[in-house]
Amino acid sequence: MTTTTAAAPLISKRAVIDWLGIAPFAIFALMFLIVPTLYLVTGAFLTPEGAFTFKNLADLFTPSIMSAYWISIRVSVASSLGGALIGFFLAWAIVLGGVPNWIRSGLLTFSGVASNFAGVPLAFAFLSTLGRTGLVTVFLRDWFGFNLYGTGFNLLSFFGLTITYMYFQIPLMVLILTPALDGLKKEWREAAEILGASTWQYWRMVALPILWPSLLGTTLLLFANAFGAIATAYALTGSSLNIVPILLYAQIRGDVLHNPNLGYALALGMIVITGISNILYIWLRMRAERWQK
Amino acid sequence: MKAQRLGAWIAIAIGASYFIIPLLGTLEFSLRMRRGAYSFDAYQSVFSDIQFRETFGYSMLMAVLTIIFGMLLVVPTAYWVRLRLPQVRPVVEFVTLLPLVIPAIVIVFGYLRLYNSSSILPLTGSTSGTNTLLMFSYMTLSLPYMYRAVDTAMRAIDVRTLTEAAESLGAKWPTILFRCIFPNVMSGVLSGAFITFAIVMGEFTMAALLNRPAFGPYLQLVGANKAYEPSALAVIAFAITWLSMGLIQLVSRFQKSVSPKA
Repeated sequence: MTTTTAAAPLISKRAVIDWLGIAPFAIFALMFLIVPTLYLVTGAFLTPEGAFTFKNLADLFTPSIMSAYWISIRVSVASSLGGALIGFFLAWAIVLGGVPNWIRSGLLTFSGVASNFAGVPLAFAFLSTLGRTGLVTVFLRDWFGFNLYGTGFNLLSFFGLTITYMYFQIPLMVLILTPALDGLKKEWREAAEILGASTWQYWRMVALPILWPSLLGTTLLLFANAFGAIATAYALTGSSLNIVPILLYAQIRGDVLHNPNLGYALALGMIVITGISNILYIWLRMRAERWQK
Repeated sequence: MKAQRLGAWIAIAIGASYFIIPLLGTLEFSLRMRRGAYSFDAYQSVFSDIQFRETFGYSMLMAVLTIIFGMLLVVPTAYWVRLRLPQVRPVVEFVTLLPLVIPAIVIVFGYLRLYNSSSILPLTGSTSGTNTLLMFSYMTLSLPYMYRAVDTAMRAIDVRTLTEAAESLGAKWPTILFRCIFPNVMSGVLSGAFITFAIVMGEFTMAALLNRPAFGPYLQLVGANKAYEPSALAVIAFAITWLSMGLIQLVSRFQKSVSPKA
């Protein structure tokens, strides 16, 4: 026992109990979240023998791994931009478009469901819609004589994966952006109109400057969301489309890279990319909340 | 104004068709099993599959266990942080958001390396150990949603006053927690529980990499080997998600009518 605890024994005892109260949570977080992640992160800087090295990170820049990152980034960018654009117009329509209220609540409820409807079943849904014998494919062929697959379209491709991902990206955008659009005060628009602004000027000089942190931030969130997703892609394309999560999945299953520590580096690359986009998202959201008081 | 309303309707129409057509496609495809006529054959085939029942039951059990243990972890923590340790709140909130930042496949990769059969804690060495690990991994996945739901519900009640009132009536800690705090944040507990249920039922990565017979890997297996059953399963999965989200809406609406300040 030191003199400090002897001087204020009651306070320190209380402090100990206070900290013991979150001990279960701390142990849980350490064991199942932080230590496993740190293990991979440190492993990325070690050789299989345990010596420090940058070779694993350097090996990420081989063509096959770079192409996996590149296609992952392209799918994530395309689906987040597409999701953000359509989601923005939908949110705009239900907030400012003057549509009946039941459409608003219906769309928001549906978005809550659809943003959670991902994974394997989503792949099945798109296969039975846009697959070779899917509803839309057959409809176009029988009614318009239009052969979708004759145009080079393939669901098991970059484009197919992008429109499948948008199924959960759009609803997420709607859910996050609707409150932000609700926060645009009527007075701002009226003030702009009294001062002679056109609709275009109002959007360009008032609404969009207020909205851009929300818009950009949510787009980044959608990007990270798509980047880490695997189940949909795996069920849709098997391992034919070489995106990073599928490469990592194959690596975990059977060390396809022939270097366990290169697998850790692959995981580290994913953490860095999703981490940066999430941190930017959080920062932008804090900026956006200034206007939502 | 008129152009604006037209634009709004066009946006809604495009969005609605994008959302509805894949669902119609799935439904139509799932009824196509019998040649030339619509039938429920695919559903019959799914429901009579013993593996369907086994994996579905396994995932249900996992979901229930995840919810129970998750809530036993999350509610006391959120309560304690609000009552005694407000200074660590940002840290705890940040940690609860981490599962959204770190992809699930990376987390489970870490588990496989850290808890393999040659480590100090060989959880993956036995079936029951792997089941436990899978439950903890589901708790991790649902942590952001559970914590948020419970913390939001806790914001609406005055934790400190409730605790002091219970203490002055002579209640001990377990009584305060289970008879005073839990019932008051029930709406949050239930919303967290339903979303956890939806997540666990469809989860694929964790269960597949830990080699457990859950519903998600079963779906993937059927998708790789059969033609019409996957659509029927997708319809069933969508119904489960819809049910969970519907129950959340119901719970939150019920809560609003009980206490208007929430």
